[in-house]
Amino acid sequence: MKTVKLVDLAKTIRSKNAGTDRITFDIIFRERENYDLVRKSGAITRQTVAALFGIPAARIVDFVEFDPGFAIKFTIDRLRPSGSFGEGDVFGCQQYAPLLDVEIPRGNGAK
Amino acid sequence: MRKQSLRIHCSNGHLGFAPTKEESFWIGAKTKPDYYCCDSGSDDIGPVPLGADKCASHPEWQKHDLELMLLASREQGVPMIIGSSGDTGTNSRVDMYIGFIKEIAAKHRLKPFKLGYFYSEVDKAYLLKKMRGGEAIEGLDSRGPLTESELERTNRIVAVAGVHPFIKCLEMGADVIIGGRSSDCAVFAAPAIFHGLPENYAYYGGKVLECASFCCEPYGGKETIIGEITADDVKVTAMHPVQRCTVASVAGHAMYERTNPYFEYVAGGKLDMTDCVYEQFDDKTCRISNAKFIPIEGRVKVKLEGSGFVGERYMGMAGIRDPYTIKHIDKVIQWAKDQVEERLHGKDYQLSYRIFGKNGVMGDLEPVKETRSHELLVVVEGVSPDDKVAEEATLIGTRQIFYARLPEVKGTAGTAAFILDEVVKVSAAYEWTMNHTVAVDDPMELFPTRMITVG
Repeated sequence: MKTVKLVDLAKTIRSKNAGTDRITFDIIFRERENYDLVRKSGAITRQTVAALFGIPAARIVDFVEFDPGFAIKFTIDRLRPSGSFGEGDVFGCQQYAPLLDVEIPRGNGAK
Repeated sequence: MRKQSLRIHCSNGHLGFAPTKEESFWIGAKTKPDYYCCDSGSDDIGPVPLGADKCASHPEWQKHDLELMLLASREQGVPMIIGSSGDTGTNSRVDMYIGFIKEIAAKHRLKPFKLGYFYSEVDKAYLLKKMRGGEAIEGLDSRGPLTESELERTNRIVAVAGVHPFIKCLEMGADVIIGGRSSDCAVFAAPAIFHGLPENYAYYGGKVLECASFCCEPYGGKETIIGEITADDVKVTAMHPVQRCTVASVAGHAMYERTNPYFEYVAGGKLDMTDCVYEQFDDKTCRISNAKFIPIEGRVKVKLEGSGFVGERYMGMAGIRDPYTIKHIDKVIQWAKDQVEERLHGKDYQLSYRIFGKNGVMGDLEPVKETRSHELLVVVEGVSPDDKVAEEATLIGTRQIFYARLPEVKGTAGTAAFILDEVVKVSAAYEWTMNHTVAVDDPMELFPTRMITVG
Protein backbone atom coordinates (compact mmCIF):
# COMPACT_ATOMS: atom_id res chain seq x y z
CA MET A 1 0.00 0.00 0.00
CA LYS A 2 1.23 3.50 -0.78
CA THR A 3 1.90 5.65 2.23
CA VAL A 4 2.70 9.29 2.94
CA LYS A 5 4.56 10.69 5.92
CA LEU A 6 2.58 12.56 8.56
CA VAL A 7 4.90 15.55 8.14
CA ASP A 8 3.65 15.91 4.55
CA LEU A 9 -0.02 15.97 5.59
CA ALA A 10 -0.04 18.10 8.74
CA LYS A 11 0.30 21.88 9.01
CA THR A 12 1.61 21.78 12.58
CA ILE A 13 3.12 19.00 14.66
CA ARG A 14 4.21 20.17 18.11
CA SER A 15 4.67 19.26 21.75
CA LYS A 16 4.45 21.51 24.79
CA ASN A 17 3.99 21.41 28.54
CA ALA A 18 0.43 21.06 29.74
CA GLY A 19 1.12 22.13 33.29
CA THR A 20 4.10 20.88 35.26
CA ASP A 21 3.44 17.15 35.05
CA ARG A 22 2.39 16.51 31.46
CA ILE A 23 3.41 17.04 27.85
CA THR A 24 0.74 17.50 25.20
CA PHE A 25 1.13 16.78 21.49
CA ASP A 26 -0.85 18.51 18.72
CA ILE A 27 -1.13 17.34 15.11
CA ILE A 28 -3.02 20.02 13.19
CA PHE A 29 -4.19 19.88 9.56
CA ARG A 30 -5.06 22.66 7.18
CA GLU A 31 -7.72 20.67 5.34
CA ARG A 32 -10.45 18.42 6.62
CA GLU A 33 -9.48 15.79 3.99
CA ASN A 34 -6.05 15.19 5.47
CA TYR A 35 -7.43 15.30 9.00
CA ASP A 36 -10.01 12.65 8.12
CA LEU A 37 -7.45 10.58 6.23
CA VAL A 38 -5.12 10.37 9.23
CA ARG A 39 -7.92 9.97 11.75
CA LYS A 40 -9.44 7.05 9.85
CA SER A 41 -6.13 5.45 8.88
CA GLY A 42 -5.58 3.94 12.32
CA ALA A 43 -1.94 5.04 12.15
CA ILE A 44 -2.34 7.58 14.96
CA THR A 45 -4.12 6.06 17.91
CA ARG A 46 -3.46 5.75 21.62
CA GLN A 47 -1.81 2.38 20.95
CA THR A 48 0.35 3.43 18.00
CA VAL A 49 1.74 6.52 19.68
CA ALA A 50 2.42 4.56 22.88
CA ALA A 51 4.38 2.07 20.78
CA LEU A 52 6.17 4.86 18.91
CA PHE A 53 7.44 6.46 22.12
CA GLY A 54 7.99 3.11 23.82
CA ILE A 55 5.68 3.84 26.75
CA PRO A 56 2.72 1.99 28.27
CA ALA A 57 -0.62 3.15 26.87
CA ALA A 58 -1.63 4.11 30.42
CA ARG A 59 0.90 6.95 30.31
CA ILE A 60 -1.23 8.56 27.59
CA VAL A 61 -3.75 10.30 29.81
CA ASP A 62 -5.86 11.86 27.06
CA PHE A 63 -6.33 11.29 23.34
CA VAL A 64 -8.76 13.62 21.55
CA GLU A 65 -9.87 14.31 18.01
CA PHE A 66 -10.66 18.02 17.88
CA ASP A 67 -12.90 18.71 14.88
CA PRO A 68 -13.05 22.52 15.15
CA GLY A 69 -9.27 22.66 14.74
CA PHE A 70 -8.84 19.65 12.38
CA ALA A 71 -6.49 18.31 15.02
CA ILE A 72 -5.48 15.16 16.84
CA LYS A 73 -4.19 15.74 20.33
CA PHE A 74 -2.77 13.47 22.99
CA THR A 75 -1.14 14.04 26.33
CA ILE A 76 1.38 12.01 28.30
CA ASP A 77 2.43 11.99 31.92
CA ARG A 78 6.01 13.03 32.51
CA LEU A 79 7.96 10.60 34.68
CA ARG A 80 9.13 13.56 36.74
CA PRO A 81 7.80 17.14 36.73
CA SER A 82 9.21 19.62 34.21
CA GLY A 83 12.55 21.10 35.17
CA SER A 84 13.35 18.37 37.71
CA PHE A 85 17.02 17.49 38.17
CA GLY A 86 18.21 15.48 35.17
CA GLU A 87 15.29 16.43 32.90
CA GLY A 88 16.23 17.67 29.44
CA ASP A 89 13.28 19.67 28.08
CA VAL A 90 11.82 22.19 30.50
CA PHE A 91 9.16 23.40 28.03
CA GLY A 92 8.47 19.93 26.63
CA CYS A 93 8.64 21.41 23.14
CA GLN A 94 11.11 19.04 21.39
CA GLN A 95 9.38 15.71 21.97
CA TYR A 96 7.28 15.54 18.78
CA ALA A 97 9.98 14.63 16.24
CA PRO A 98 9.22 10.88 16.06
CA LEU A 99 5.70 11.75 14.83
CA LEU A 100 7.01 13.42 11.67
CA ASP A 101 7.96 10.17 9.95
CA VAL A 102 4.89 8.11 10.80
CA GLU A 103 3.69 6.50 7.57
CA ILE A 104 0.01 7.06 6.79
CA PRO A 105 -1.72 4.73 4.28
CA ARG A 106 -2.62 7.11 1.47
CA GLY A 107 -6.10 6.00 0.37
CA ASN A 108 -7.68 8.50 -1.99
CA GLY A 109 -8.18 11.41 0.37
CA ALA A 110 -4.75 13.03 0.61
CA LYS A 111 -4.26 16.44 -0.94
CA MET B 1 -20.56 50.35 35.26
CA ARG B 2 -22.32 48.05 32.79
CA LYS B 3 -21.00 47.93 29.25
CA GLN B 4 -22.44 46.38 26.09
CA SER B 5 -19.00 45.50 24.85
CA LEU B 6 -15.45 45.62 26.14
CA ARG B 7 -12.37 45.89 23.95
CA ILE B 8 -9.17 44.55 25.58
CA HIS B 9 -5.65 45.13 24.25
CA CYS B 10 -3.13 42.33 24.82
CA SER B 11 0.43 42.92 23.69
CA ASN B 12 2.38 40.00 25.11
CA GLY B 13 1.58 36.45 26.17
CA HIS B 14 4.18 36.55 28.93
CA LEU B 15 5.06 40.16 29.62
CA GLY B 16 8.80 40.68 30.00
CA PHE B 17 9.86 37.18 28.92
CA ALA B 18 10.80 38.63 25.51
CA PRO B 19 10.18 42.30 24.72
CA THR B 20 6.82 43.42 23.30
CA LYS B 21 6.95 44.43 19.64
CA GLU B 22 6.10 48.11 19.48
CA GLU B 23 4.60 48.63 16.01
CA SER B 24 1.53 46.48 16.57
CA PHE B 25 1.29 47.73 20.18
CA TRP B 26 0.72 51.30 18.97
CA ILE B 27 -1.56 50.23 16.09
CA GLY B 28 -3.72 48.62 18.76
CA ALA B 29 -3.44 51.60 21.10
CA LYS B 30 -4.68 53.96 18.36
CA THR B 31 -8.01 52.11 18.34
CA LYS B 32 -8.51 53.27 21.95
CA PRO B 33 -9.24 50.00 23.73
CA ASP B 34 -11.10 49.92 27.05
CA TYR B 35 -8.34 48.01 28.88
CA TYR B 36 -4.68 47.08 28.54
CA CYS B 37 -4.11 43.62 30.00
CA CYS B 38 -1.21 41.16 30.10
CA ASP B 39 -0.26 38.06 31.93
CA SER B 40 3.40 38.05 33.02
CA GLY B 41 4.04 34.56 34.32
CA SER B 42 3.86 30.84 33.80
CA ASP B 43 4.74 27.52 35.38
CA ASP B 44 6.30 26.73 32.00
CA ILE B 45 9.66 28.09 33.07
CA GLY B 46 10.31 25.27 35.52
CA PRO B 47 10.50 25.19 39.31
CA VAL B 48 13.70 27.24 39.78
CA PRO B 49 12.30 30.81 39.67
CA LEU B 50 9.52 30.04 42.16
CA GLY B 51 11.79 28.05 44.47
CA ALA B 52 14.62 30.57 44.42
CA ASP B 53 12.20 33.54 44.27
CA LYS B 54 13.77 35.11 41.23
CA CYS B 55 12.78 36.06 37.69
CA ALA B 56 13.33 34.20 34.44
CA SER B 57 12.90 37.47 32.53
CA HIS B 58 15.28 40.39 32.21
CA PRO B 59 14.26 43.45 34.29
CA GLU B 60 14.87 45.82 31.37
CA TRP B 61 12.41 43.86 29.21
CA GLN B 62 9.84 43.85 32.01
CA LYS B 63 10.21 47.62 32.43
CA HIS B 64 10.04 48.16 28.69
CA ASP B 65 6.75 46.30 28.41
CA LEU B 66 5.24 47.89 31.53
CA GLU B 67 6.26 51.33 30.29
CA LEU B 68 4.42 50.87 26.98
CA MET B 69 1.26 49.76 28.76
CA LEU B 70 1.40 52.40 31.49
CA LEU B 71 1.99 55.29 29.07
CA ALA B 72 -0.76 54.19 26.67
CA SER B 73 -3.31 53.50 29.40
CA ARG B 74 -2.63 56.67 31.41
CA GLU B 75 -2.71 58.75 28.20
CA GLN B 76 -6.15 57.36 27.47
CA GLY B 77 -7.31 57.26 31.10
CA VAL B 78 -8.24 53.56 31.02
CA PRO B 79 -7.08 50.77 33.36
CA MET B 80 -4.18 48.38 32.86
CA ILE B 81 -4.00 44.95 34.48
CA ILE B 82 -1.02 42.64 35.01
CA GLY B 83 -1.32 39.07 36.29
CA SER B 84 1.40 36.72 37.59
CA SER B 85 3.90 39.54 38.00
CA GLY B 86 7.57 38.81 37.36
CA ASP B 87 7.18 35.22 36.03
CA THR B 88 6.10 33.59 39.29
CA GLY B 89 3.71 36.05 40.95
CA THR B 90 5.40 35.75 44.33
CA ASN B 91 5.10 38.63 46.82
CA SER B 92 8.60 39.88 46.04
CA ARG B 93 7.80 39.99 42.31
CA VAL B 94 4.60 41.98 42.97
CA ASP B 95 6.60 44.46 45.06
CA MET B 96 9.23 44.65 42.32
CA TYR B 97 6.59 45.45 39.67
CA ILE B 98 5.04 48.11 41.91
CA GLY B 99 8.55 49.61 42.14
CA PHE B 100 8.87 49.56 38.35
CA ILE B 101 5.48 51.27 37.95
CA LYS B 102 6.49 54.00 40.43
CA GLU B 103 9.81 54.46 38.63
CA ILE B 104 8.15 54.77 35.21
CA ALA B 105 5.48 57.14 36.57
CA ALA B 106 8.15 59.38 38.09
CA LYS B 107 10.26 59.31 34.91
CA HIS B 108 7.30 60.53 32.83
CA ARG B 109 5.84 62.77 35.57
CA LEU B 110 2.47 61.04 35.29
CA LYS B 111 -0.47 62.49 37.20
CA PRO B 112 -1.35 60.57 40.39
CA PHE B 113 -3.25 57.32 39.88
CA LYS B 114 -4.55 54.47 42.00
CA LEU B 115 -2.64 51.20 41.99
CA GLY B 116 -4.35 48.07 43.33
CA TYR B 117 -2.33 44.95 44.03
CA PHE B 118 -2.66 41.55 45.62
CA TYR B 119 -0.38 38.83 46.92
CA SER B 120 -0.66 35.12 46.17
CA GLU B 121 1.86 33.36 48.39
CA VAL B 122 0.48 30.70 50.69
CA ASP B 123 1.86 29.92 54.12
CA LYS B 124 2.79 26.28 54.70
CA ALA B 125 1.27 26.46 58.20
CA TYR B 126 -2.12 27.37 56.66
CA LEU B 127 -2.11 24.19 54.58
CA LEU B 128 -0.71 22.02 57.35
CA LYS B 129 -3.54 23.14 59.63
CA LYS B 130 -6.11 22.21 56.99
CA MET B 131 -4.45 18.82 56.40
CA ARG B 132 -4.29 18.02 60.11
CA GLY B 133 -7.92 19.09 60.36
CA GLY B 134 -8.74 16.22 58.00
CA GLU B 135 -9.03 18.19 54.77
CA ALA B 136 -7.32 16.75 51.70
CA ILE B 137 -5.24 19.02 49.48
CA GLU B 138 -6.18 17.28 46.25
CA GLY B 139 -3.59 16.54 43.59
CA LEU B 140 -4.04 17.69 39.99
CA ASP B 141 -3.26 15.70 36.85
CA SER B 142 -1.90 12.35 38.03
CA ARG B 143 -0.87 13.44 41.54
CA GLY B 144 -2.33 12.12 44.75
CA PRO B 145 -3.34 14.26 47.73
CA LEU B 146 -0.55 16.34 49.25
CA THR B 147 1.47 14.57 51.92
CA GLU B 148 3.12 16.23 54.92
CA SER B 149 6.55 15.27 53.63
CA GLU B 150 5.85 16.91 50.24
CA LEU B 151 4.73 20.03 52.05
CA GLU B 152 7.80 19.87 54.28
CA ARG B 153 10.23 19.91 51.35
CA THR B 154 8.40 22.76 49.61
CA ASN B 155 10.14 26.13 49.86
CA ARG B 156 7.55 28.44 48.34
CA ILE B 157 3.89 28.14 47.37
CA VAL B 158 1.67 30.40 45.28
CA ALA B 159 -2.08 30.14 44.85
CA VAL B 160 -3.39 30.78 41.35
CA ALA B 161 -6.02 33.53 41.56
CA GLY B 162 -9.21 33.60 39.54
CA VAL B 163 -11.06 36.81 38.78
CA HIS B 164 -11.86 37.64 42.42
CA PRO B 165 -8.94 39.84 43.53
CA PHE B 166 -8.86 41.64 40.15
CA ILE B 167 -12.56 42.49 40.44
CA LYS B 168 -11.98 43.64 44.03
CA CYS B 169 -9.25 46.03 42.82
CA LEU B 170 -11.54 47.36 40.06
CA GLU B 171 -14.33 47.89 42.60
CA MET B 172 -11.89 49.91 44.70
CA GLY B 173 -11.23 52.11 41.67
CA ALA B 174 -7.82 50.88 40.58
CA ASP B 175 -6.27 52.48 37.48
CA VAL B 176 -3.44 49.96 37.50
CA ILE B 177 -3.55 46.42 38.90
CA ILE B 178 -0.39 44.48 39.73
CA GLY B 179 -1.42 40.92 40.43
CA GLY B 180 0.25 38.00 42.15
CA ARG B 181 0.02 34.54 40.58
CA SER B 182 -3.21 34.22 38.65
CA SER B 183 -4.91 32.24 35.90
CA ASP B 184 -3.93 33.79 32.59
CA CYS B 185 -7.50 34.08 31.47
CA ALA B 186 -8.69 35.72 34.72
CA VAL B 187 -6.64 38.82 33.86
CA PHE B 188 -9.02 39.44 30.93
CA ALA B 189 -12.21 37.85 32.26
CA ALA B 190 -12.19 40.02 35.40
CA PRO B 191 -12.83 43.39 33.73
CA ALA B 192 -15.49 41.85 31.46
CA ILE B 193 -17.34 40.39 34.44
CA PHE B 194 -16.86 43.65 36.37
CA HIS B 195 -18.65 45.47 33.55
CA GLY B 196 -21.59 43.05 33.59
CA LEU B 197 -20.70 40.86 30.62
CA PRO B 198 -21.53 37.14 30.86
CA GLU B 199 -18.99 34.72 32.28
CA ASN B 200 -18.92 32.44 29.23
CA TYR B 201 -17.62 35.15 26.90
CA ALA B 202 -15.57 36.81 29.63
CA TYR B 203 -13.61 33.58 30.18
CA TYR B 204 -13.50 32.64 26.50
CA GLY B 205 -12.16 36.14 25.79
CA GLY B 206 -9.51 35.59 28.42
CA LYS B 207 -8.64 32.20 27.03
CA VAL B 208 -8.13 33.46 23.49
CA LEU B 209 -6.34 36.69 24.45
CA GLU B 210 -3.87 35.42 27.03
CA CYS B 211 -1.12 34.40 24.61
CA ALA B 212 -1.42 37.56 22.48
CA SER B 213 -0.46 36.85 18.85
CA PHE B 214 -0.04 33.09 19.37
CA CYS B 215 -3.65 32.80 18.16
CA CYS B 216 -2.73 34.49 14.83
CA GLU B 217 -1.19 33.37 11.59
CA PRO B 218 1.46 33.57 10.32
CA TYR B 219 3.24 32.52 13.51
CA GLY B 220 4.99 35.32 15.36
CA GLY B 221 4.99 36.05 19.09
CA LYS B 222 4.90 39.27 21.12
CA GLU B 223 2.55 41.09 18.74
CA THR B 224 -0.64 42.82 19.87
CA ILE B 225 -4.17 41.52 19.44
CA ILE B 226 -7.47 43.04 20.55
CA GLY B 227 -10.43 41.06 21.80
CA GLU B 228 -13.95 42.44 21.92
CA ILE B 229 -16.21 40.72 24.43
CA THR B 230 -19.99 41.16 24.18
CA ALA B 231 -23.05 39.36 25.56
CA ASP B 232 -23.22 37.28 22.36
CA ASP B 233 -19.68 36.58 21.22
CA VAL B 234 -15.97 37.29 21.27
CA LYS B 235 -14.20 38.84 18.30
CA VAL B 236 -10.43 38.70 18.22
CA THR B 237 -8.39 40.82 15.81
CA ALA B 238 -4.70 40.78 14.91
CA MET B 239 -3.01 44.21 15.03
CA HIS B 240 0.23 43.34 13.25
CA PRO B 241 -0.01 44.39 9.58
CA VAL B 242 0.57 40.89 8.18
CA GLN B 243 -1.04 38.78 10.90
CA ARG B 244 -4.63 37.55 10.89
CA CYS B 245 -6.89 35.79 13.34
CA THR B 246 -8.40 32.98 11.30
CA VAL B 247 -10.79 30.18 12.18
CA ALA B 248 -7.87 27.76 11.95
CA SER B 249 -5.46 29.84 14.01
CA VAL B 250 -7.96 30.61 16.77
CA ALA B 251 -9.42 27.10 16.96
CA GLY B 252 -5.88 25.73 16.89
CA HIS B 253 -4.89 27.93 19.79
CA ALA B 254 -7.72 26.52 21.92
CA MET B 255 -5.56 23.39 22.18
CA TYR B 256 -2.38 25.09 23.19
CA GLU B 257 -0.70 24.01 26.45
CA ARG B 258 -3.65 22.02 27.72
CA THR B 259 -4.53 18.37 28.07
CA ASN B 260 -8.00 18.75 26.63
CA PRO B 261 -9.00 21.36 24.05
CA TYR B 262 -12.57 21.58 25.26
CA PHE B 263 -12.16 22.71 28.87
CA GLU B 264 -10.37 25.47 30.74
CA TYR B 265 -10.48 25.28 34.54
CA VAL B 266 -10.35 28.39 36.72
CA ALA B 267 -11.02 29.14 40.36
CA GLY B 268 -14.82 29.16 40.34
CA GLY B 269 -15.68 26.85 37.45
CA LYS B 270 -14.81 25.67 33.99
CA LEU B 271 -15.08 27.09 30.51
CA ASP B 272 -16.64 24.57 28.12
CA MET B 273 -15.55 25.11 24.50
CA THR B 274 -17.06 21.87 23.15
CA ASP B 275 -19.72 23.56 21.03
CA CYS B 276 -17.86 26.76 20.16
CA VAL B 277 -18.57 28.12 16.69
CA TYR B 278 -15.71 29.84 14.88
CA GLU B 279 -16.38 32.20 11.94
CA GLN B 280 -14.21 34.50 9.84
CA PHE B 281 -15.70 37.90 10.73
CA ASP B 282 -13.44 40.04 8.58
CA ASP B 283 -9.99 39.65 7.08
CA LYS B 284 -8.14 39.97 10.41
CA THR B 285 -10.89 38.97 12.83
CA CYS B 286 -12.29 35.64 14.02
CA ARG B 287 -15.67 35.55 15.78
CA ILE B 288 -16.35 32.90 18.40
CA SER B 289 -19.77 32.11 19.82
CA ASN B 290 -21.52 29.39 21.80
CA ALA B 291 -18.97 29.11 24.61
CA LYS B 292 -20.35 27.89 27.94
CA PHE B 293 -19.27 28.48 31.52
CA ILE B 294 -20.13 25.99 34.22
CA PRO B 295 -19.74 27.41 37.74
CA ILE B 296 -18.38 25.02 40.36
CA GLU B 297 -20.86 23.51 42.78
CA GLY B 298 -19.84 24.02 46.38
CA ARG B 299 -16.58 25.55 47.54
CA VAL B 300 -14.22 27.23 45.11
CA LYS B 301 -11.04 25.22 44.42
CA VAL B 302 -7.87 27.22 44.01
CA LYS B 303 -4.81 25.77 42.31
CA LEU B 304 -1.54 25.72 44.26
CA GLU B 305 1.98 25.60 42.83
CA GLY B 306 4.90 24.69 45.06
CA SER B 307 8.63 24.38 44.48
CA GLY B 308 11.15 22.64 46.74
CA PHE B 309 14.95 22.75 47.00
CA VAL B 310 16.85 19.69 45.79
CA GLY B 311 20.45 20.83 45.95
CA GLU B 312 23.20 23.14 44.80
CA ARG B 313 24.06 22.37 41.21
CA TYR B 314 27.07 22.36 38.91
CA MET B 315 27.33 21.53 35.23
CA GLY B 316 30.15 20.15 33.09
CA MET B 317 30.42 19.30 29.39
CA ALA B 318 32.55 16.85 27.44
CA GLY B 319 32.71 16.25 23.69
CA ILE B 320 33.54 12.89 22.15
CA ARG B 321 34.64 12.19 18.55
CA ASP B 322 36.36 8.78 18.64
CA PRO B 323 33.95 6.24 17.08
CA TYR B 324 35.16 3.47 19.38
CA THR B 325 34.46 5.62 22.43
CA ILE B 326 31.07 6.64 21.02
CA LYS B 327 30.20 2.99 20.55
CA HIS B 328 31.06 2.32 24.18
CA ILE B 329 29.65 5.52 25.64
CA ASP B 330 27.61 3.72 28.29
CA LYS B 331 30.79 2.09 29.63
CA VAL B 332 32.51 5.48 29.66
CA ILE B 333 29.70 7.02 31.69
CA GLN B 334 29.69 4.07 34.08
CA TRP B 335 33.44 4.49 34.56
CA ALA B 336 32.99 8.17 35.42
CA LYS B 337 30.12 7.43 37.82
CA ASP B 338 32.18 4.75 39.55
CA GLN B 339 35.06 7.16 40.00
CA VAL B 340 32.75 9.68 41.66
CA GLU B 341 31.29 7.03 43.93
CA GLU B 342 34.72 5.76 44.88
CA ARG B 343 35.71 9.23 46.03
CA LEU B 344 32.39 10.44 47.50
CA HIS B 345 30.97 7.20 48.87
CA GLY B 346 28.47 7.92 51.65
CA LYS B 347 28.05 11.58 50.71
CA ASP B 348 24.66 12.97 49.63
CA TYR B 349 24.90 13.68 45.91
CA GLN B 350 23.20 12.87 42.59
CA LEU B 351 24.67 12.82 39.09
CA SER B 352 22.87 13.07 35.78
CA TYR B 353 24.33 12.46 32.33
CA ARG B 354 22.52 13.59 29.22
CA ILE B 355 24.20 12.45 26.02
CA PHE B 356 23.43 14.69 23.05
CA GLY B 357 23.84 12.79 19.81
CA LYS B 358 22.31 9.74 21.50
CA ASN B 359 19.12 10.67 23.41
CA GLY B 360 19.96 13.92 25.17
CA VAL B 361 16.74 15.68 24.16
CA MET B 362 14.19 12.92 24.61
CA GLY B 363 15.71 10.56 27.15
CA ASP B 364 13.33 7.67 27.81
CA LEU B 365 10.95 8.80 25.05
CA GLU B 366 13.58 8.52 22.29
CA PRO B 367 12.63 5.78 19.82
CA VAL B 368 16.00 5.90 18.01
CA LYS B 369 18.04 3.41 19.98
CA GLU B 370 21.27 3.17 17.99
CA THR B 371 23.57 6.18 18.11
CA ARG B 372 23.95 7.59 14.61
CA SER B 373 26.02 10.66 15.34
CA HIS B 374 29.74 10.95 14.60
CA GLU B 375 30.19 13.08 17.72
CA LEU B 376 28.55 13.33 21.13
CA LEU B 377 28.18 16.00 23.78
CA VAL B 378 27.87 14.74 27.31
CA VAL B 379 26.28 17.19 29.75
CA VAL B 380 26.95 16.32 33.35
CA GLU B 381 24.89 17.75 36.18
CA GLY B 382 25.73 17.17 39.81
CA VAL B 383 23.65 18.21 42.80
CA SER B 384 24.05 18.02 46.53
CA PRO B 385 22.69 19.97 49.48
CA ASP B 386 26.40 20.62 50.16
CA ASP B 387 27.82 23.02 47.58
CA LYS B 388 31.37 21.59 47.82
CA VAL B 389 30.13 18.04 47.30
CA ALA B 390 28.06 19.13 44.29
CA GLU B 391 31.12 20.78 42.76
CA GLU B 392 33.42 17.85 43.37
CA ALA B 393 30.93 15.26 42.12
CA THR B 394 30.39 17.21 38.90
CA LEU B 395 34.10 17.81 38.39
CA ILE B 396 35.10 14.18 38.87
CA GLY B 397 32.08 13.04 36.86
CA THR B 398 33.12 15.24 33.94
CA ARG B 399 36.90 14.89 34.06
CA GLN B 400 36.84 11.12 34.36
CA ILE B 401 35.21 10.97 30.91
CA PHE B 402 38.68 12.10 29.77
CA TYR B 403 40.32 9.20 31.64
CA ALA B 404 37.87 6.50 30.65
CA ARG B 405 39.57 3.10 30.41
CA LEU B 406 38.48 1.25 27.32
CA PRO B 407 40.57 -1.80 26.35
CA GLU B 408 41.06 -1.04 22.66
CA VAL B 409 40.95 2.72 22.45
CA LYS B 410 43.61 4.12 20.10
CA GLY B 411 43.62 7.62 21.53
CA THR B 412 45.51 7.16 24.75
CA ALA B 413 46.05 10.86 25.45
CA GLY B 414 42.47 11.59 26.51
CA THR B 415 39.01 10.34 25.60
CA ALA B 416 37.14 13.65 25.72
CA ALA B 417 37.36 17.18 24.31
CA PHE B 418 36.61 20.10 26.63
CA ILE B 419 35.57 23.62 25.76
CA LEU B 420 36.62 24.42 29.30
CA ASP B 421 38.25 21.94 31.62
CA GLU B 422 36.11 23.11 34.53
CA VAL B 423 32.55 22.89 35.81
CA VAL B 424 30.23 25.84 36.30
CA LYS B 425 27.91 26.64 39.15
CA VAL B 426 24.36 27.09 37.87
CA SER B 427 21.03 27.74 39.58
CA ALA B 428 20.28 25.37 42.43
CA ALA B 429 18.03 22.47 41.49
CA TYR B 430 14.40 22.67 42.56
CA GLU B 431 11.43 20.45 41.89
CA TRP B 432 7.70 21.03 41.45
CA THR B 433 6.57 19.58 44.76
CA MET B 434 2.99 20.80 44.46
CA ASN B 435 0.42 20.86 41.67
CA HIS B 436 -2.68 20.66 43.83
CA THR B 437 -5.89 22.47 44.75
CA VAL B 438 -7.24 23.80 48.01
CA ALA B 439 -10.95 24.34 48.63
CA VAL B 440 -11.86 27.69 50.19
CA ASP B 441 -15.05 29.30 51.50
CA ASP B 442 -14.00 32.72 50.27
CA PRO B 443 -11.59 32.88 47.30
CA MET B 444 -10.31 36.21 48.64
CA GLU B 445 -8.85 34.57 51.76
CA LEU B 446 -5.73 33.60 49.81
CA PHE B 447 -5.26 36.95 48.09
CA PRO B 448 -4.79 39.99 50.38
CA THR B 449 -5.62 43.03 48.25
CA ARG B 450 -4.45 46.59 48.81
CA MET B 451 -4.56 50.02 47.18
CA ILE B 452 -2.00 52.82 47.02
CA THR B 453 -1.75 56.12 45.16
CA VAL B 454 1.24 56.54 42.85
CA GLY B 455 2.57 60.01 42.04
